[in-house]
Amino acid sequence: MKTDAPQTPSKSGRPSSLRVVSVLTVLFLVVGFGLVFFWTPMDADQGFKQKIFYLHVPLAIVALAGFIAAGVEGYRHIRTGDARHDLNSYVFIHISVVFGVAVLVTGAIWAQASWGKWWVWEEPTLVSFLIVFLLYCTYYPFRYAIEDRDRQARYASVFAITAGVFVPLNFIAVRMAESVIHPRVFATAEGGLPPSMMWTFLVCFAGIALLWVTLVKLELVGKRVNGQMSRLRRSLGEESAPAPGTRRVSPQAEV
Amino acid sequence: MSAGQAFDAWRALVGRDLLTEARTMRSLPAMVLFAVTTFVIFRYGLDRTQLSGSLAGGVLWTTLLFAAVLGINRLFVSEREEGGFDAFRLTPAPANVLLAAKVTSLFVYLVVLELIVVPIFALFFLPEFSSLLPLVAVLLLANLGFSLLGTVVSSMAVNSTARDLIVPLLLLPLVVPLMIAVTGASAPLFGPEGPGYERFGEWLMVAALYDGVFLLVGYAVFEFLLED
Repeated sequence: MKTDAPQTPSKSGRPSSLRVVSVLTVLFLVVGFGLVFFWTPMDADQGFKQKIFYLHVPLAIVALAGFIAAGVEGYRHIRTGDARHDLNSYVFIHISVVFGVAVLVTGAIWAQASWGKWWVWEEPTLVSFLIVFLLYCTYYPFRYAIEDRDRQARYASVFAITAGVFVPLNFIAVRMAESVIHPRVFATAEGGLPPSMMWTFLVCFAGIALLWVTLVKLELVGKRVNGQMSRLRRSLGEESAPAPGTRRVSPQAEV
Repeated sequence: MSAGQAFDAWRALVGRDLLTEARTMRSLPAMVLFAVTTFVIFRYGLDRTQLSGSLAGGVLWTTLLFAAVLGINRLFVSEREEGGFDAFRLTPAPANVLLAAKVTSLFVYLVVLELIVVPIFALFFLPEFSSLLPLVAVLLLANLGFSLLGTVVSSMAVNSTARDLIVPLLLLPLVVPLMIAVTGASAPLFGPEGPGYERFGEWLMVAALYDGVFLLVGYAVFEFLLED
């Protein structure tokens, strides 16, 4: 894998595509939040507080989709042995965990605003998300506890697959444990959600999804630059001492 | 390798594990002691001398889960420290034979643990013992899930620098759905007016689904954990 030949950056990390998605992200988020504040009707029951729905729900869906995608990349990694898939899996989980923090914080704020409590155990979706989040937080200590590079990548992929399968199972079990079902916005998605809310939600969802893609690409470009830097340093004859500030064992793009 | 040979390899591995455990007593006595001590701590922590319903289920399953973690921690230690992995890789047996053998060994450990510990739990906390018979079905499904997850997690953790830390860290969130199912099934069993069977079958189905899914996952990923 490690060659000193000039590298052609792969498609996913090309800076120009990063620029395009960044601009799209800003556009969608600005338009989306504009719609949230100036177009959507006030929720009859919850009023202004309900607007956090347009942030909280897309974040949660995107984070979960990112976890599942990380599992798929993990599977492709152990099937092909291509280190790029491991890198993707790592970055997907990384960004989704960051989104997960935002989901839990916005969820707590929403719970406080509508039920007067910061945490509500009766809300199965939020509780499921907490369990999934706790599981993915162990990805870092687990990964960095394995010293051998190849083994680390392989084991991390196995983790990503196992955890990816766990996500839907966990949602089923937690949902079953709660007999109390809170009124949920999407329970009425077919009939009840007015079109203005639906459209606004979709724009916000696209914005958050694009934000995720932008952050993933940014992270991948960063890893790639780090990889190239250490390659250049090596070819200059320096001992491959890690540059100050580079993390010790996080995967780098070496392809 | 034919199915018969794979079966022989499986039997040899399970026999080796159980014989080693019988001679060295490295895991089981610790698990039993831990569980009984935990019951005593719960007696004072909850300040109850009798338990029923979800409280009884919670005490029993929390204790069994943490006792299982002790055994899971040690499951692959001899493989790693005494060259068992290399020896296994030298044989033509496919990786999943080792998975099956380790799941079986862990399952047997858990059954032995429960044969000792569940009667003690009943003596300590339960007013009558009629709930123990239906509890066997729940215990068996839970054991299968703990064994499958425990084997995969243990083989992942044993090659890391922080084995004792990684096992509970990975295992506990992964078994939450199984714990929801088994505590859901056993809470009515410990009802104050004799065993109840509210949603019993439903919860057993969830536990069985969980076991089935992780059986497939273990089968699919285990060979990649053995590569060197």
